[in-house]
Amino acid sequence: MRELTYVEALNEALREEMRRDKRVFILGEEVGPYWEGAFKVTKGLAKEFGTERVMDTPISESCIVGAGVGAAMTGMRPVAEIMFGDLLALAMDQIVNQAAKIHYMFGGQIKVPLVIRSPFGAGVSMAAHHSQSLKAWFMHVPGLKVAVPSTAYDAKGLLKTAIRDDDPVMFFEHKICYTTKSSIPEEEYLIPFGEADIKREGEDITIVATFWMLHQSLKAAEDLAKRGVEVEIIDPRTLVPLDEETIIESVKRTSRLLIVEEECRTCGVGAEIAAIVAEEAFDYLESPIKRIGEPDTPIPFSPVLEKYVIPDERAIVKAVEEIFS
Amino acid sequence: MSVNITGVSGIEEKTLTYLFEKMLEIRRFEEKVWDLFGRNLIPGTLHLYIGEEATAVGVCANLRVDDYITSTHRGHGHCIAKGAKLDRMMAELLGKKTGYCKGKGGSMHVADASVGILGATAVVGSGIPIAVGAGLSCKLRKTDQAVACFFGDGASNQGTFHEALNMAALWKLPVIFVCENNLYAMGTRISRAAAIKNLADRAGAYGMLGVAVDGNDVVAVYKAAKEAVERARNGDGPTLIECKTYRHKGHSRFDPAKYRPSEEVREWMKKDPILRFRKKLIEEGILTEEEADQIDERITKAAKAAARFALESPYPEPEEALEDVFVKLR
Repeated sequence: MRELTYVEALNEALREEMRRDKRVFILGEEVGPYWEGAFKVTKGLAKEFGTERVMDTPISESCIVGAGVGAAMTGMRPVAEIMFGDLLALAMDQIVNQAAKIHYMFGGQIKVPLVIRSPFGAGVSMAAHHSQSLKAWFMHVPGLKVAVPSTAYDAKGLLKTAIRDDDPVMFFEHKICYTTKSSIPEEEYLIPFGEADIKREGEDITIVATFWMLHQSLKAAEDLAKRGVEVEIIDPRTLVPLDEETIIESVKRTSRLLIVEEECRTCGVGAEIAAIVAEEAFDYLESPIKRIGEPDTPIPFSPVLEKYVIPDERAIVKAVEEIFS
Repeated sequence: MSVNITGVSGIEEKTLTYLFEKMLEIRRFEEKVWDLFGRNLIPGTLHLYIGEEATAVGVCANLRVDDYITSTHRGHGHCIAKGAKLDRMMAELLGKKTGYCKGKGGSMHVADASVGILGATAVVGSGIPIAVGAGLSCKLRKTDQAVACFFGDGASNQGTFHEALNMAALWKLPVIFVCENNLYAMGTRISRAAAIKNLADRAGAYGMLGVAVDGNDVVAVYKAAKEAVERARNGDGPTLIECKTYRHKGHSRFDPAKYRPSEEVREWMKKDPILRFRKKLIEEGILTEEEADQIDERITKAAKAAARFALESPYPEPEEALEDVFVKLR
């Protein structure tokens, strides 16, 4: 089977959906033919579909999302790109108060089939304004779906599902994952929301992780296997809806849970998953639930400092050892 | 500003009568709302449109049912002018199941998708980018629909105003930006919030046409909006219309509006858009006093009937609070 990078997989998903449905269009900064996306996700799309369907916008995040909301309310299926996840802060009213609430607040009369794509992730010295992971912010807002693909395969299948979904979807990508590769079938596939993927099977401990932390966890698991600890790794793939069942069932089998997240620990995704498991599977646990995340600091610039705050393979191995000690 | 209003020549009689009726419909509806609120039958707060009727009516009289509007926290007038039914609006204000939003929106969030009301949003300035998106949609779908975007003088100081007007002008979108300058954002007089006299002047900064009109002169608003809607439909891009108007009541139900000089209030009361237009119609021989009274009587009854419908309607079941968060979660 052919291999594609995460970026190529996203590009293919956009291309297929734009060919399939004329209502799908892209808007955002530098998505058009001049730059083709800050990370090249929209490469070649303006050439195939024209600049009316792959629209470069002024630097106006609030209006990029707002225009997406208005277009989605009136029969289109926009995919709005916000170049860095940190910049979502500029568009928060349109995301949180408008896109998320319109269907509910107007009594179900009006749908907002909008996808907002944006990359998170630290690790390349982009400092405090281009490195955050803010998944938990959006998981906390009723009315938004949240997709967090960690692999190229998942990125393609989830983006196609997101575009066909009738609700607003926050589609988060990860800068370091962009260059990772998966085998991608030639034939079309979609990945439903709310179905976690067990990325590695094991019976001794459950790790829940997304994005780059998933890849770090897989590496840590190989190391731990050599020492006789078999790790089960669960990738939720979407945080809203969240496949609680797969996580709970896994913990019931392994009796141990570690959550690894690239984000501040306080009120993070890990905190929510820990609470769910504590409520639903407490009696099955043989040791306390453990979370690894970033300390509560902004992301620093210097590689030495940045490396210190992002969890890595070694931190995961150490945490597992502590659980078993 | 003169108390006389713009000449009505060139406008069909039935349009003139329609303008009068719609303005009255808003006025009598709002008076009934005020009455019900005073009797503790409406929860929350209210932002009445009384005094500003000429703006919504003058603009929306140029729109078709398939055109869109975005509205605000002070939105009852916009919705009625665009074709919302009084009874379902009143039911929404009372939090009833028969309301437009099944009781989930209330006074600040009325929507009726069937007549192009994309809903009232109550974060000041938040509807402006949404109107741009609706305009973009019209352009991409290659229709000749137009979008009227209502907002106040306060919203014109939000960043969304700047982003949205720039984008709409850049892409020549069919949007009519209607700034209802009622001089006060809550208690802040516009002169304490902006250095310029005419907010319409801001249009020039975006390469857009801007016009300032007497927002209490329904004919002036109608004519300005007519040109703007024509430009929008012809692909000539957006227009900013500043309608200078005045709210008769305070910002919200509990605001006695003591920050406004009584002399100023008196002057504006003389420029009541409905009284001025009624006088004009009678002078021009379009209506007689009796006909005008009959119209008023009929509309007053309709407002009362809307209140009765709302009062008699059931509340939603409490657990309906959990519905409609998503179209479909899984």
